Amino acid sequence: MAENNRAVIKLKEQFAASILDIKEFRGEVTVTVKKEEIVAICGFLKTALAYNLLTDVTAVDYLGREPRFMVVYNLYSIPNKDRLRVKAPVTEGDGAIASLTPLWNSANWLEREVFDLFGIVFTGHPDLRRILLTDEWVGHPLRKDYPLQGPDREPYKGRLS
Amino acid sequence: MASTETMTINMGPQHPSTHGVLRLVLELDGEIIQKITPHIGYLHRGVEKLSEHRTYHQTLPLTDRLDYLAPMSNNLGYVLAVEKLLDIEVPERAQTIRVIMTELTRLKSHLVWLACHALDIGAMTVFIYAFREREMIMSLYEKISGARMTSNYFRVGGLSQDVYAGFEKDVREVIDTFPGHFDTYEGLLTKNTIWLNRTVGNGVISAEDAVDYGITGPALRGSGVDWDLRRDNPYSGYEKYDFQVPVGKNCDTFDRYQVRLIEMREAVKIIRQALDSLKPGPVLADAPQVCYPPKESVYNSIEGLIHHFKIASEGFAAPEGEVYQGIEAPKGELGFYLVSDGGTKPYRMRIRPPSFVNLGAIEKMSKGSMIADLVAVIGTLDIVLGEIDR
Repeated sequence: MAENNRAVIKLKEQFAASILDIKEFRGEVTVTVKKEEIVAICGFLKTALAYNLLTDVTAVDYLGREPRFMVVYNLYSIPNKDRLRVKAPVTEGDGAIASLTPLWNSANWLEREVFDLFGIVFTGHPDLRRILLTDEWVGHPLRKDYPLQGPDREPYKGRLS
Repeated sequence: MASTETMTINMGPQHPSTHGVLRLVLELDGEIIQKITPHIGYLHRGVEKLSEHRTYHQTLPLTDRLDYLAPMSNNLGYVLAVEKLLDIEVPERAQTIRVIMTELTRLKSHLVWLACHALDIGAMTVFIYAFREREMIMSLYEKISGARMTSNYFRVGGLSQDVYAGFEKDVREVIDTFPGHFDTYEGLLTKNTIWLNRTVGNGVISAEDAVDYGITGPALRGSGVDWDLRRDNPYSGYEKYDFQVPVGKNCDTFDRYQVRLIEMREAVKIIRQALDSLKPGPVLADAPQVCYPPKESVYNSIEGLIHHFKIASEGFAAPEGEVYQGIEAPKGELGFYLVSDGGTKPYRMRIRPPSFVNLGAIEKMSKGSMIADLVAVIGTLDIVLGEIDR
């Protein structure tokens, strides 16, 4: 149960006001938090609860919902061999969240990729440039309103053929 | 006094030791590296975007083309993530065959690493030998799946088909030769002065820094972190097998070389144990909503044909939710993060590529060293650009 997860218990004590949602699905715990507190919460998880490996940073575009983006952090604790997923909603108008590079160097490239493909700005990032696409690329391909076949084509409607 | 102006040079994207289309802009002071700016993305095919427009079965062939040196590992990560999302149980025989094939894949991938790494720093014989042995695994791949590289053999729920008669004998014949081959490689390299001069003390990264940079897999174990997903978060029945997780202590290229060589020896042991425990049985889960029907039924009955048609055309709906599945791929932790909105296609699929994250540490590992040593660092990171660029 998510309530018995060691991280959830501690987070509820320390950051009760910042937790938006706690979910468990297929044995995986996901904690959704306010984006203003993301650095403080991840710093706490890293130092106090030994979630020392930032496995992945990514985002999901929920076009049509508000807030539109969800930035997803996958944390892993090498000493305790368990995972925790932390998510933070980001609105389209704002489109920014604090960078985790002060905590983990692995955030550097992972956040650059999210910036490149989703257009979410990571404030405080030391080198926020596109990483997979060229610098002059227009648009952010993993957004749901970016057409599959390219920006100048009709949006994709059916199966590939 | 000579001037101390730095010089900027361009390495790649067409350079034999960058293992694909990697471009590094180097700032040099004489031969000493001051700064590295990697440029990647030349092979970006938008696999994550494409997968949002394909059914779960149709996404599977795309995963072969990520780390094309270890296609079955990619297949495994993806099918395990989908199976977790669907919450279906895979029959034991299918799991055991998956373990055999992914460990063969580990051998195959590590052989390319050893071959190219040795070639890059001047040992050509090992390259020829390792490719010769890799060919045997490629032939097995071809016999079992019909393809040498893009195998697409696993399926959500099990395997596309059972192995052919005589498979066990073939695998045993191949792996029985391997311990001897490993001895040959070690005889050529481990005490070779040139090899030692090029690898000992090269590309040092401490355990704390390695974790900080998110390095996973053999590169992390070379820095002395005792962590292997196969042992610590087992999947596909890895908890049943007895194997050692090698760990280095000097955090350099030589230790990472030794870790990978021991891993290959352990892979052979795992394959032997898996072959011993292989029992007859089904290779596909009993989940008609998800799995393709057997080919005999498709060709010989109208119900089978309709069943096949439904799954091939509209696929299956996955329950709403999100899952992450990480596996110990040859190059590190390969993760698939799937978000489903309840439809027949992934709402979002994220691939967590080990090579991408490992490459992020290249500046840390080679700053202040000679430009010739950078080639050894690229080799020891064991990157593959198909996976970095996706």
